[in-house]
Parts: sequence; C-alpha cells; structure tokens
Amino acid sequence: MSGSSWPLYEVFVRGKRGLNHVHVGSLHAPDDEMALRNARDLYTRRNEGVSIWVVRASAITASSPDEKDPFFAPSGDKVYRHPTFYDIPEDVPHL
Amino acid sequence: MDLEREFERVVAADHRIEPRDWMPEGYRKTLVRQIAQHAHSEIIGMQPEGDWISRAPSLRRKAILLAKVQDEAGHGLYLYAAAETLGADRDDLTARLVEGRQKYSSIFNYPTLTFADVGVIGWLVDGAAICNQVPLCRTSYGPYARAMIRICKEESFHQRQGYELLMTMMRGTRAQRDMVRDAVDRWWWPALMMFGPPDEESANTERSLAWRIKRHTNDELRQRFVDMSVPQAEKLGVTLPDPKLAWNAERGHYDFGEIDWAEFWRVVKGDGPCNAQRVAHRREAHEDGAWVREAAAAYAAMRERAA
Repeated sequence: MSGSSWPLYEVFVRGKRGLNHVHVGSLHAPDDEMALRNARDLYTRRNEGVSIWVVRASAITASSPDEKDPFFAPSGDKVYRHPTFYDIPEDVPHL
Repeated sequence: MDLEREFERVVAADHRIEPRDWMPEGYRKTLVRQIAQHAHSEIIGMQPEGDWISRAPSLRRKAILLAKVQDEAGHGLYLYAAAETLGADRDDLTARLVEGRQKYSSIFNYPTLTFADVGVIGWLVDGAAICNQVPLCRTSYGPYARAMIRICKEESFHQRQGYELLMTMMRGTRAQRDMVRDAVDRWWWPALMMFGPPDEESANTERSLAWRIKRHTNDELRQRFVDMSVPQAEKLGVTLPDPKLAWNAERGHYDFGEIDWAEFWRVVKGDGPCNAQRVAHRREAHEDGAWVREAAAAYAAMRERAA
C-alpha cells in the first residue's frame, strides 16, 4: 500500500449569495489548490454552491465537548442580553 | 459513568452524537464497520455499471451513466469522510477493502450481462438501497446522518433513470423486452438479499436499534421494498420471478417466497460470480494510481519548501 497519504481538509460551501459558508464534509488532497478542485467535484456536482473554503483539519481549533457546560456557562445567566428581558407596554410602537 | 448516561440521554432524546462526544467503544466500532462497508459498496458499485459506459447505446445514456458512476464515487467519499471522524484511517480502510478483509454489499458480485441490467440496477438495486438509506438519514451519529441525507437526495435520480430506461426498452422490440425480463429475473432475488439476513439471524440488529444506528429491522425494510416494487413491476409490464408473490389483505402487505439464504451466504463468503474480479479490479486501480498520489505529494512538499 502506498503510505503517501494526503492531509485532511474540511470543506465549507456558500450555498448562494447572502448566506454563510457552511461545513459540508471533508476530503484528502495533496495541497490547498487540489483540495479546492476536489471539493468542487465532490461537494458541488449539482450547483450546491457559489463559493468554497477549504482548510486543513489540523489548523482548526475546536472547543471540547467535555467542557461544554463550563465553557458555555458564562452566557447562561445573562438573560438581559435578550430583548424579551425588558418589559415595554404593548402600545409603544416599533419597539 | 456520567459520560455513558449523557450518551444514552442524547440518543434517547433523538439528538445526534457528534465526533468529539464520548461514546461507548462498541458504538464506535459498530459504526466504523457499517460506514466502511457502506463506503466500500459505493466504490465497488461503480464497477458493474461502469462496464457499460463505453457501450451505452446513445450519448444521452452515456452521459447519464457517467454522472451516476461519478455520484457513486462521491457517495463513497462522503462515507469514508464520516468514518474518519470516528478515528478510522483512510489508507487503512482502502487496504482492508483491497485485501478482502472488509466486506461490501454482495449485490455487486453479480455481473451486468446486458444493457437492461443498467436499468434494473437503477430500479431495483438503487431502489433497495434507498429503502435502506432513507431511515439512515435519522441515524444517531451526526456525520453519518448528514452523509446519508446528501446521498439520498442524489440517489433518487439513480432510481428514476433506471426505471425510465426500462420503460423505453419495454416500448422497443421484442428482443429488448426479453432483455428487460431476463434482467429482472436475475436481479430480483439478489435485490431482496440486500437487506441482509432475516431478523432472527441478524446478530447486530438489536444493539444497533437500541443505539438508534438502525431504525428498522432487515425484514421490515425488505417488506417495504417488496410492497413498493410490485406496483412498479405491474406498470412496467414485467412479472417478478416469484410464484408465491401475492397480496395479503389481512397483513396489508405482499407475501413473498423463501429467499435462498444458502446462495446469500455463499456470495457473502466470497464465492459469488464476480467477487474476485471486483476486488482485483479495485486493487489494480489503487496500485496503478500510486504514482499519481506520490507525484502530487512530492509536488506539494517541494512547493512548501520553496515557500
């Protein structure tokens, strides 16, 4: 077997103008340029996108699911960040 | 055991398990095996139909067949990528396939003798695959479920092109109609076998259902496929090769005859008409491509050094 395995890339596609790029999957490629071409062939065979990002999987830093609770806890008790926190009389327009 | 309880809570709530979540080792192993076999099936599945690309009777049929075989390659890659999120290694998966250490769907060990086989594969084989795959869009492992959603979207063109091809041949000459009937006779039973052994003999079903990897048993899906196929066969004007096939009003399903499980196990264990040929072809393609992989890696390394 050939051991020359190519690095793993994560692929993000913008479905149409006005939308964010969304993660669609991953693939192997020898370099950035080939990753982009392979992503086009693999993930946009039916006009699924107008723009593609590829990034080496090793370059991504992710939050750890084990510390999910403490990591996201700081936003838990800040209800005043939401508009519904504030009592406004119903007859005040446009608010 | 907090981790295990959390895992069970997520599965029971019908939420998805994601790659970096804790999961039982058995869950990971079952998924890697199932996704890898599924990926291998897509890759090997390129061969029976690929055989007809150069001999397709028109440019239209050739373009359709090319697109379909290209889709199979894509489906294999989505699935390999999903398996890799569980820690599987791509080179290792390929090695397992070409060394015959990991299985793929036995259906691809049957030969495609005429062009009608291309149509019947689309109609029955892809039809059976869709029956299997639609519930997998709700499987408990996120990356697998997302791959299946993509695959199912693309698969429906596969089945429709097959049925359309057969309708066209059924409107053709007597010889063409005979070709369709012959192909249906040869593929019907192997298509039923695609759902795997009967429930009482399926070792992994119970656990996979508990983990919500599978959502229905083999026999449930097989019955669903039979019920869908009978009216399609009638409309096409072909007779499915099973004298016991009959509507059972009490059950609300079609009854059907006994599957030849001896044949099923023979083909699974490697003694089908094309097992050796399929694996040899895949191994050859992999080995013939080695220099391309090496050259591309060398070029990338050279550019990285220069940068």
